[in-house]
Amino acid sequence: MSASAVDTLTVSPEKGTWTGKLRERAVEAFPPDRLLPDRQPAYVASWTYVFGALTIGAFIVVLLSGAVLAVEGPAWWHKSNAGLFVNSVHLWATEFFFLFMVVHLWAKFLIAAWRGPRKATWITGVIAFAISIATAFTGYLSQQNFDSEWISTQAKDGINATGAGAFWNVLNFGQMLMWHIVLLPLIVAILIGLHVLLVRRHGVVPPFAPTEAQLAKAGLSLTTTVTAATSLLVPQELTEPSPQEQPLLQEPLAQEPTSEEPPAQEPLAQEPTSEEPTSEEPLWTLPEDQS
Amino acid sequence: MSATSASDTSGAHRARRFKTDRDVVEWQGDYRRYDIAKEVLISFLVVLVLVVACAIVFSSPDDPPVTVKSWSNAAPVDFAQTAMAELNGTSGVATYGPPYTNTAGASQKLGPISLEHAVGVRIPINTAQDFVLKPLATLPNRPALDAALAEYQGASATQRTKWDAAYKRVVANATFSSGQLVVKGGPYGPVGVLIGNLESMARTGALDGALLATPQLYATNYTNPLLFIADGMYLADQASLRHLQGSQWGMMNETGNFPGQAWLWLYTMWYQVPPMNSSSNGDIEVWAIMMALTLLLALVPFIPGLRSIPRRIGIYRLIWRHHYRSLGPDVLSQMPPGRTPSRR
Repeated sequence: MSASAVDTLTVSPEKGTWTGKLRERAVEAFPPDRLLPDRQPAYVASWTYVFGALTIGAFIVVLLSGAVLAVEGPAWWHKSNAGLFVNSVHLWATEFFFLFMVVHLWAKFLIAAWRGPRKATWITGVIAFAISIATAFTGYLSQQNFDSEWISTQAKDGINATGAGAFWNVLNFGQMLMWHIVLLPLIVAILIGLHVLLVRRHGVVPPFAPTEAQLAKAGLSLTTTVTAATSLLVPQELTEPSPQEQPLLQEPLAQEPTSEEPPAQEPLAQEPTSEEPTSEEPLWTLPEDQS
Repeated sequence: MSATSASDTSGAHRARRFKTDRDVVEWQGDYRRYDIAKEVLISFLVVLVLVVACAIVFSSPDDPPVTVKSWSNAAPVDFAQTAMAELNGTSGVATYGPPYTNTAGASQKLGPISLEHAVGVRIPINTAQDFVLKPLATLPNRPALDAALAEYQGASATQRTKWDAAYKRVVANATFSSGQLVVKGGPYGPVGVLIGNLESMARTGALDGALLATPQLYATNYTNPLLFIADGMYLADQASLRHLQGSQWGMMNETGNFPGQAWLWLYTMWYQVPPMNSSSNGDIEVWAIMMALTLLLALVPFIPGLRSIPRRIGIYRLIWRHHYRSLGPDVLSQMPPGRTPSRR
């Protein structure tokens, strides 16, 4: 085979095959600048945003320390100072993992981070939290010490009451250890991975927008607002809008959308309304995947 | 445009009302520099430093477990009383119900539904056989014990019940002296020999092994010894000393001064409040509450009212204060909690 033939084979997309379609869809859903971005919206400017990354950092430490514990087996840390240290790292990484995850969860709740197409992001986060609790619980059961003994003999009642105890026996050390070191971490890792991909896919939720009335009370117009935002928050070298970045709020106010497409520039509301305003609000057209 | 008329010819879009707490208009404004890889790497390093520091300073708890040997040596009378309850079928495990026994009416219920009863007995345990008689049968060269075992197992159920009842009365006032269980005499037949030998067996550690015995040598299932130990008072007393009882919020604690499973605070809390704290169905009631709350949390985006809480309490203004200030010096003050910054 000549070099040119090889080149041709290398560069030709395998259209029509399932792997080719999968690759196309993956690249379409997660282009490099979305998967590993070098920029983020200007409103992402709070310490609350770091807790997601801190949770991932803690999860990595949990996995690494757990892997080291696995090398010598579950009894190692009871009889070795080195093992006790690694176990302590594993324990404290778990404590921090939950601390960061809970702060992250509450921070996302407080900004209603599910808005728009982010409902699956929220749900995968909540499920990851719940499965993480089960993972930590099986870790406590696998310690082979007084804590394991007491927790297992107490927890059996709750789990038995649900009927699950007949299949998932918390007094069976072998079963709990395997769940702790294989099945549950795998599920948590998949959920966290999916959660992060969804965040990359749909981005960080934008702030609640101020109403026109609120801006008016502040003596501002929409045009000056945009100018202020640009001048205050955005470094000069990044102020040029990207192809998908158009200046915000430069359309006339309260204009009824006429297209079936999602509004690229959305006018602000006239007046705050009661909870979940619906009847007096005009309709918007949103893509299906935002429902 | 109306709710029913807005749809394009391709069907790719459909009309819906914009709801502030459900929908959003995606950001069309400015961006700032960011490096996701660097953020994760720095986070990992920060956590690593924190964790290693905590591991060095605080270490981790490792109180040894209670074994049948340590229990029977530390509290021999409690052990004997528990063994008697296992033999006559009145212990906690013997009367537990599914998944261990077929005890009528022992299953917890949520209304008319009993999930554990529906699943049935899948880990069958006969406490007399599994905790007392079978382990005793493994002891070699004990003619008196062999005779007692043969007499007990050959007797009628009525006779065994009489012996059990008689021994239960005397063991309630038993003492332990010079390495021997001391009980008053009575019409308890061979039961005194059985419990006395089980006590000796336990104190040497042989019962720990016998309870774990499996045909294939290797054992990883501690169901039998753990259930036996948990039936006694000694384990619970040790847990009380360590503040681990359910009434001490023990489910979220661990031994020593460590944070424990603090994330279980809500689960543990339900056990402290009526009616769950005194209900015979407390476990399934607490689980039902927690499952419902977890489902509710996962489905917050779809629940009107609940999904409005973040906007109503207004802490988002603090989180996005830089953004709102960037809109103008007074915009933030014009966004009180509960006001709807909705769009139309």
